[in-house]
Amino acid sequence: MIVQAIAFYLFAAITIAAGFMVIAARNPVHSVLFLILAFFNAAGLFVLLGAEFLAMVLVIVYVGAVAVLFLFVVMMLDINFTELRQGFLNYLPIGGLVGMILLMELLLVIGSWVISPAAAHFAMAPTPGGLSNTAALGRILYTQYAYLFQAAGLILLVAMIGAIVLTLRTRPEVRRQKIGQQIGRRPVNSVALEKVKPGQGV
Amino acid sequence: MPDLLREYLPILIFLVIAVALAGIVILASYIVARQNPETEKLSAYECGFAPFDNARRQFDVRFYLVAILFIIFDLEVAFLFPWAITLGKIGLFGFLSMMAFLGVLTIGFIYEWKKGALEWE
Repeated sequence: MIVQAIAFYLFAAITIAAGFMVIAARNPVHSVLFLILAFFNAAGLFVLLGAEFLAMVLVIVYVGAVAVLFLFVVMMLDINFTELRQGFLNYLPIGGLVGMILLMELLLVIGSWVISPAAAHFAMAPTPGGLSNTAALGRILYTQYAYLFQAAGLILLVAMIGAIVLTLRTRPEVRRQKIGQQIGRRPVNSVALEKVKPGQGV
Repeated sequence: MPDLLREYLPILIFLVIAVALAGIVILASYIVARQNPETEKLSAYECGFAPFDNARRQFDVRFYLVAILFIIFDLEVAFLFPWAITLGKIGLFGFLSMMAFLGVLTIGFIYEWKKGALEWE
């Protein structure tokens, strides 16, 4: 029990410290690396809660893919980051407002148990009835929540098509390999025999 | 401590040892090695010239496209894990539900293949 408590406070403290460093780091690449640290520690917190699947998805999807995407975005944008820093205080009211709204939402989530004690009943345990967390998710995700599951598939489809439409450019100056045309080429169409009389050109 | 967390205890111990070892190695190099700081040691060396410009280069937007397509299929695979271990329990409906999901994403895959998004040049 004491190990669990120590692990919780360690993970929580590192998550908050890394989250602070994300906005405080001077170099945006360092910000992304601190974000990865925060993701790892959040995954540790999920494991402590018993939400194994969420922890693994956090590591696989967020650390493995989203953080890499953030790194690409940071490197793709051509911004002078020292100039950006100077306007830091101008964005403070908007950032503070967003932070306040998120804090209010968190308080509402916690407050719902105070307002209606029956609401706690609807919160499911991550491992109900001795079932492992991943199996518990699988039992309901594909049958009970089939519509939401299909909606997730459609959102992924829209994201895929949107990314292609936004970023794909065809470059006419680049010569692509057209395998079908190359294999389908016949000698009749490409080689011609000419009888050339002596002393005359073709 | 619940059984679930007992299974994760070796990972925690491994994590602590890894972090401690990394910390010791970095700290030891500060303490043991001779420190002679000099700004010229850290500056970029460009054949004896002063560096012409910043080493930062803009990345091509196509890296972003590859990364975002990777995320989408990564998520698709993440959805497959709970489905695979409960396939015997969720019956035909669960199976067809996943097949429809995979079908939708296969349409997207065919689209990106035909559009040439997977080709570099």
